[in-house]
Amino acid sequence: MADNTRTIEIEVLRYRPEQDQEPFYQTFSVPFADDWSVLQGLQYIKDDLDSSLSFRWSCRMAICGSCGYMIDGVPKLGCRTFLRHYYPHKVRVGPLENFPIERDLVVGIDDFIGKLEGIKPYIIPREPRTLEQGEYLQTPAQRDQYEQYSSCINCLLCYAACPQYGLNPGFTGPAALALLHRYNADSRDQGWEARQEVVNAEDGVWRCMLIGYCSEVCPKGVDPAHAINQNKVNSTLDYFGVLKFLLPKGAAK
Amino acid sequence: MKRANEPIFWSLFGAGGVLSALLGPILILLTGIVAPVGLWMPPEAVGYPRMLAFAQSWCGKALLLAVISLFLWHAMHRIYHSLHDLGVHAGAGAATICYGFALAATLATAYLLLIIGF
Amino acid sequence: MSARKPYVRSMDGWWRRNPFFMRYMVREASAVFLAIYAVILLAGVFRLSQGAAAYEAWLAALRNPLAIVFHGIALLVVAYHAYTWWKVMPKTMPMLHVGGRRIPEMALSAVGWAATLAASLVVYVLVRGLS
Repeated sequence: MADNTRTIEIEVLRYRPEQDQEPFYQTFSVPFADDWSVLQGLQYIKDDLDSSLSFRWSCRMAICGSCGYMIDGVPKLGCRTFLRHYYPHKVRVGPLENFPIERDLVVGIDDFIGKLEGIKPYIIPREPRTLEQGEYLQTPAQRDQYEQYSSCINCLLCYAACPQYGLNPGFTGPAALALLHRYNADSRDQGWEARQEVVNAEDGVWRCMLIGYCSEVCPKGVDPAHAINQNKVNSTLDYFGVLKFLLPKGAAK
Repeated sequence: MKRANEPIFWSLFGAGGVLSALLGPILILLTGIVAPVGLWMPPEAVGYPRMLAFAQSWCGKALLLAVISLFLWHAMHRIYHSLHDLGVHAGAGAATICYGFALAATLATAYLLLIIGF
Repeated sequence: MSARKPYVRSMDGWWRRNPFFMRYMVREASAVFLAIYAVILLAGVFRLSQGAAAYEAWLAALRNPLAIVFHGIALLVVAYHAYTWWKVMPKTMPMLHVGGRRIPEMALSAVGWAATLAASLVVYVLVRGLS
């Protein structure tokens, strides 16, 4: 045991559907080393104190997107948030907001998966490309137009941050719209027409009120607020029939 | 999914947002505080003869119509969407009242500016 | 078979739970003050159309201490609107590059804030200067 071990109170939300009517908070005393993440604290609870505690996690290094929780009311990755920052206060860990709770810290994300599939997350070229034509060529400047939007790890912190998603579960949402923009902004893609129905719908970009909290909490700098709000302009130009004059070499259907 | 008609209202919201971001603070300061209190401004600056001449000029009409109309299209769009944020689900009725008010104010201002003369 | 019983949480009071959301609500509330101010101006145009006496009555109403307090609050709130408007404006624009480097959003917002100051100065000079 390290000689500077301290103990912190972690208050975790519990909900067992087979026995609980409502969720409730349960407090655990967790001895921790200085470099422990909140995720490690949860793992200690599961390993040593209460093996029934359920939570998602995988890589421990902020790339798989599994360990998103509300930590003291803010959407964060458990593996990238450290207990020492909350000590000596207690730290409250809850499931991501705006999603239904399945069990403890595990939320139902089926809705998001459906939306991800619905935005056509693949290159849609004007014509199919043959092998003989060789690879696509793309300059660093062209790559720069979409690179940050391709960094999304689907951690859903942005959905937990977005009150519009909470108020309107039909909203396509930040991550899905950012990924949609990632493809539209890729020089290899001419898929605006194929995706425009999602963009132009009430539950598309128009649900967004530019609260901006999604971009604030994103651990990967994707800036979904930027992706969505650029497309309000595109959607408006499209509405007035002007966008087609601005799209490079016409869009694929 | 049905295409939303939001672009119309969002465009008006945006135009009003830019105009009110540029002119809102100074106009409120001048008409609401400086002129009434009489600071740094002689009373003739906002007196009837000068204001009438302003409202009778094309430039003045354009400015007055733009400010009153676009400020309201901007504000009513925001208010309508904020009602939803606050849990008021009044749907089409609320939209009609909010945007209807902006439209009515626009028409009323245009009419008044016409009857004020040239 | 399925022991699932997903629990859906209420959205009541969502904006009170986080200072970020509180600031958003203040930003949105600025619209109320802007709307009232526009109606005050509309009333002024109406009184102007009715003649000198009516217009003077409108001016007199603006000298009421309550009116001045309202405009003082409105000034602060609408100034916050102007500040936040330019702050978020870059989110509606595509990425801009100059000489291979991305123009930071702060720089774009700064142009907006400068434009507000410049416009304010122009209006003040025009209103003041032509008397």
